[in-house]
Amino acid sequence: MVEDSPGIDDERLVEAAVPMVELTRITRRYGSVAPVEALRSVDLEVRTGEWVAIVGASGSGKSTLLNIVGCLDRQTSGTYRLAGVDVSTLNDRQRAGMRSHYLAFIFQSFHLMAHRSVLENVTLAEVYGRRPRTGRQGRAHAALSAVGLEGRTDFLPTRLSGGERQRVAIARALISGPKLLLCDEPTGNLDSATTQGILELLGGLHDKGLTIIMITHDITVADRAERRLRIADGKIAGDG
Amino acid sequence: MTTPAPSRRGPAEAGRSGMWARDLLTEAFAGLFGRPLRMALTVLGTVIGLAALVATLGLSRTAGNQIIGRFDELNATEITVLANPDPNGDPGPTIPWDAPQRLSRLNGVVAAGTLSEIDVGDDLVSASPMRDPRRRTDFKLAVEAASPELFTAIRAKLHSGRLPDRGHEQRGDHVAVLGPNAAEQLGITRLDGSTAIRIGDQVLTVIGILDEVARKHTLLSAVIIPEGAARSLFALQAPQSVVVETAVGATSLLSRQIPLALRPDKPDTLKISSPQPPQQLRAGVSRDLNVLFLMLGGVSLLVGAIGIANVTLVSVMERVGEIGLRRALGATRRHIAGQFLMESVTMGVLGGVLGASIGMLVVVAVAAYQSWTPVIDPFVPLLAPVIGGVTGLLAGLYPALRAAALQPVEALRSGT
Ligand SMILES: Nc1ncnc2c1ncn2[C@@H]1O[C@H](COP(=O)(O)OP(=O)(O)O)[C@@H](O)[C@H]1O
Ligand SMILES: [Mg+2]
Repeated sequence: MVEDSPGIDDERLVEAAVPMVELTRITRRYGSVAPVEALRSVDLEVRTGEWVAIVGASGSGKSTLLNIVGCLDRQTSGTYRLAGVDVSTLNDRQRAGMRSHYLAFIFQSFHLMAHRSVLENVTLAEVYGRRPRTGRQGRAHAALSAVGLEGRTDFLPTRLSGGERQRVAIARALISGPKLLLCDEPTGNLDSATTQGILELLGGLHDKGLTIIMITHDITVADRAERRLRIADGKIAGDG
Repeated sequence: MTTPAPSRRGPAEAGRSGMWARDLLTEAFAGLFGRPLRMALTVLGTVIGLAALVATLGLSRTAGNQIIGRFDELNATEITVLANPDPNGDPGPTIPWDAPQRLSRLNGVVAAGTLSEIDVGDDLVSASPMRDPRRRTDFKLAVEAASPELFTAIRAKLHSGRLPDRGHEQRGDHVAVLGPNAAEQLGITRLDGSTAIRIGDQVLTVIGILDEVARKHTLLSAVIIPEGAARSLFALQAPQSVVVETAVGATSLLSRQIPLALRPDKPDTLKISSPQPPQQLRAGVSRDLNVLFLMLGGVSLLVGAIGIANVTLVSVMERVGEIGLRRALGATRRHIAGQFLMESVTMGVLGGVLGASIGMLVVVAVAAYQSWTPVIDPFVPLLAPVIGGVTGLLAGLYPALRAAALQPVEALRSGT
């Protein structure tokens, strides 16, 4: 099940000559009888190291955009280059490889496995992608202490608070060493105090050079990012 | 706070999606053993099905072996030679008196003795002198004449006294050996030098009482006298039959040699018979039973397969969110399908192992109860987990494909 390399050149990424994300006239249409255009000819460029917040009304197309950027969904038309690679030319397995090695996700509902320990939830991110098994536990412990959960490794997620669960999800995102972190409403289920903690974590990752795209409809959360995209009716209505 | 670990992977290695076999196993086992009770209930159908199959095969094998074992021990080493009435009406003797000596020279003959039924007319047998005047004392008993070697050929065991020898034979001594049933009827339990019986007007000394015989069970109720006495008292013309015990596997060859050894001039005046193994009948009976039980096992297995398919499908539906997450983390459709297949195969193999164990326990228990030797073809218990695994594989196919077909976005949206 080893898959061929899509051939991202790390060197070029470091030079930042190539944008991390480059969307050209991206359209996503749902259905064929009475098609819904969730995205209409979106052009977007996100440079390496940027922290971008996406805001917009419910149903405006934010998640659709993030899913295409995350190689979880395919655009109906247009071109998407991730770190210089035209991912629309990749097959499903190659896209899975991209997700495993270049992308990480944080979801509003955390998406933790209820029957597995905190540590196992974190190591799960290393199961796909043929990473060496040796040292996996150590890397998971390091990622968990990076989010302040070193004392919770053997807990089941059900014993954790919402903020702690999202920290586990962040640790899971960190262990694979992603280039681009995609967050769909990461603080949507958290109270404001806990939200601050998560935002501080994300800020720290941004300071270390991680590229972050984050959907939120909370303006105070969006203000923490260095760039805000407003989406309305499937189009970018504001950028800055 | 630390940075995400910088990637040490070169460009050539990057972007691979793959999975180690151990990770696949770990994930499948975690999925299963996270709900142990559900797994146990799911596996139950397969366990029952395979236990029935293993028990059926084991028991029919055990029972078959038992019948063959008994048959081998005695019947497969027995030949009886009978005097065939001469079709030309020649009344001359067909079996020579020295038949035991002639046959003992043949390779493969363990023992051979002649046996003849004596026609005593209406003569009754009684103990002499009468033991108890108030009881009935005269009985209609079979009287047989036997050469001394016959007792070896039928594996006679003595209860008391002794067996006749060549001396009694040649002297024509008026002696008799009683079968245990005959002795009981006559009220003879102990032997002293003067124990005697009366056959009609003839008085014979009882020198022995038999305990048991392995062949010719009619002798248990008979009075057995030496051939010498039979000739002088009852005018026995010639032996009527020869009982031969052979070495194992020698019967068919000896069946052809014996007539020539006894009557080189007229071999076809002898009728050779050896007990036919009742194989065909038994095979027919057990085949019917086997088919019934195998069908029962097959139905249980089918029910088990449907159970696994059902539960795996439910498990897929419950874990849609987990499937979405795994896809987001880099799992391919194949990884997802592989995991659910591995789970269903594991359940099937587990059912096979448990079923084989239970089936073998049943075989051993039934065999112990019947005092049989339990026999199981070694491939049967080994095959059970394989059948279970294949069942699990087939049962898991549809749920696994359903899981693999889920779109990551849909899966992430509908599950948590
Ligand atoms: N699978 C789908 N099938 C049909 N329509 C969809 C599907 N997913 C999203 N949409 C539609 O696309 C539009 C954008 O959805 P989404 O990107 O989820 O919005 P947001 O995340 O901004 O709330 C909405 O009108 C939604 O109803
Ligand atoms: Mg959304």
